[in-house]
Amino acid sequence: MSAVADLLLALLILVGLYMVSTSRLHACVRASALQGILLGLLPIALRWANGIVPLDLPVVTLAAGAIAIKAIAIPRLLVRSIREAGVRREVEPMVSLHGSILGAAVLIGLAFWLGERMVLPFPVGSKLLVPAAISNVLLGFLIVVARRKAITQVVGYLALENGVFVFGLALARQQPILVELSVLLDVLVGVFVMGIAIHHISRTFDHLDTDALASLRE
Amino acid sequence: MSPRILLLIALPVLAAAAAWRSRSMRVQLWVLLGTALIHAGTVGSLWLDLPRPAPGAIVGVDALGLLVLTLASVLFLASALYSIPYLTEGTHDEPSAPLRYAPLLLLFLGAMSLVTLSRNLALMWAAVEATTLASAPLIYFYRRPGSLEAAWKYLLICSVGIALALLGTFFLGVASAGPDGRGSGLGIDDLLRVAPQLDHRWLRAAFVLALVGYGTKMGLAPLHTWLPDAHGQSPSPVSALLSGALLNCALLGILRFHAINAAAGDPGISGQMLLVLGFASLLVGTASLLGQRDYKRLLAYSSVENMGVIAIGIGFGGSATYGGLLHLVNHSLAKGALFLLSCNVLRAYGTTSSERVRGARRRIPLSAALLGVAVFAMGGSPPFGPFVSEVTIFFDAMRRGAPWIGVAFVALLGVAFVAMAGAMFPMLQGDDAGCPKVMARRSLRHQLLAVGPPAVLLAIVLVLGVRVPRAIDAILRGAAAILGGSS
Repeated sequence: MSAVADLLLALLILVGLYMVSTSRLHACVRASALQGILLGLLPIALRWANGIVPLDLPVVTLAAGAIAIKAIAIPRLLVRSIREAGVRREVEPMVSLHGSILGAAVLIGLAFWLGERMVLPFPVGSKLLVPAAISNVLLGFLIVVARRKAITQVVGYLALENGVFVFGLALARQQPILVELSVLLDVLVGVFVMGIAIHHISRTFDHLDTDALASLRE
Repeated sequence: MSPRILLLIALPVLAAAAAWRSRSMRVQLWVLLGTALIHAGTVGSLWLDLPRPAPGAIVGVDALGLLVLTLASVLFLASALYSIPYLTEGTHDEPSAPLRYAPLLLLFLGAMSLVTLSRNLALMWAAVEATTLASAPLIYFYRRPGSLEAAWKYLLICSVGIALALLGTFFLGVASAGPDGRGSGLGIDDLLRVAPQLDHRWLRAAFVLALVGYGTKMGLAPLHTWLPDAHGQSPSPVSALLSGALLNCALLGILRFHAINAAAGDPGISGQMLLVLGFASLLVGTASLLGQRDYKRLLAYSSVENMGVIAIGIGFGGSATYGGLLHLVNHSLAKGALFLLSCNVLRAYGTTSSERVRGARRRIPLSAALLGVAVFAMGGSPPFGPFVSEVTIFFDAMRRGAPWIGVAFVALLGVAFVAMAGAMFPMLQGDDAGCPKVMARRSLRHQLLAVGPPAVLLAIVLVLGVRVPRAIDAILRGAAAILGGSS
């Protein structure tokens, strides 16, 4: 059954698009958590689509790890950062929201075009895997570049990282679970450290605009 | 799995935990120094007999990894020694949380050791990201808006950058996979073994992503924008490690991919890409040196320039590979010495502006003399190591019928030397009457610890310039062979 995997991957792209189009920080973080749940379900769905018994210990560990880290732990950290900083929305992004949505549409098109050319040499259970992975990498990059608030930039980094994670699932048959888990753990610690930095930024500058972080230049 | 290799990774992490628990700076410094000594001793024992890599193990050591590991260990020891006077005497600025310094520095060492000892590319990626996370809070050691800005840029730009390197790593897995989806996995030894059968398109795409990703962390232009901020704002013993050890670790990431390309019989493409980014870095680094008035940023841009030189050497291949690797060693040692010596200047004058420092020759005679020597050494003047490595690369460029490349290379190096000397030498001479004065009285032991480590690093650079010792020569040849270069 590849329909479920297709559905999850399509949702992943749509949620990425939603992240680009919203200016409310809470909504952005919720969307990121939703992506975390989709990522957790994806390895199981892909196995099912490939006609393998969908559940065994490594895949359940990976699913549980992804959901625990990307859908629960990281969103909690980010929500706490938002509360501490007392900001609710991205007011003046570098690129306007309309502009970002237009850019996002172009990037998703580009991802599908690349997906046509970069055909995986083996079946992975869904034709959408490569386009969805590349879409999220590109959309994440767009969010990091086009937004000013530190928290939104972290969400962008997470979207990018999620895209990479999706691509990594293609290697399920040759990748030890330990490796995937250490990558997940790195991202968790990464967001934790970024959260501390955000805390200091909001205390030092009284707001979260990374524009203030532009005194070091020639 | 060799117990020594396990020790190199686990000891710093355990020591970090121990240092974290003790809330006394004195105990922390002893833990720091003890770990540095045991680490360096263990690395030294690896030089005496290299354990044979066990196929399939996820950690192990080869000549290339040992080279980078040794530099990290030596610089860590120098920084640990220097940290004793640096932290106990008080510094020129208010530290945000001094008791976090030693634990973070130890975690940083553990992460760097894991980078050099990884035999699995995904594990290596995780270790490189861990180096970012351990070192970012160190950049924000001083409570200044500037250092916060530097730490944030470093965290975000490097994390985003090396996420791309992870994608490149996964691409390699695809390159090795057959129609059933099974492949060699991401073990370095497995990938090298099946290299000739790898799909070239995925292999090349993987190299591009790894070059961009790890290149960001290595400070290759135009991806270096965070580097002068981070290296300029962090405490100088940390700057020495960031410049002298961490950049090498990021380069090692690229070199692992380059070696697989070479084993696949396709070294030309990856070499050319290294050459292009190498020249871009040499050009941008040199241009940024001109007119730079902050001497720590000056040293940081010099790192961008020197990373360019190393990338050029390895990109050329052949005997220039040896030159590039020798330059890696020279740059680490000389730049480590420069950062530590510049810290002596900073602590005597309280400013990083090269225009407000004059007469260092009188105020801190020993450091000033060594700083003068170090500028000559880093600038590529004989009889120091960088001269030998740069000349090796230059001759290889000329021999390959690319004389204009060789000429451009030497011309840029000349400009870089003049720019650096032009900013540094006036600091040493003149009258220090009008300069800010912050120096307190220092004990002889502390003065020794502040001057001794950089002096020893410079002495090694001098030895490398006179004659490369046989043991180092053998490791350099072994490392060059891994990259497909001859010696």
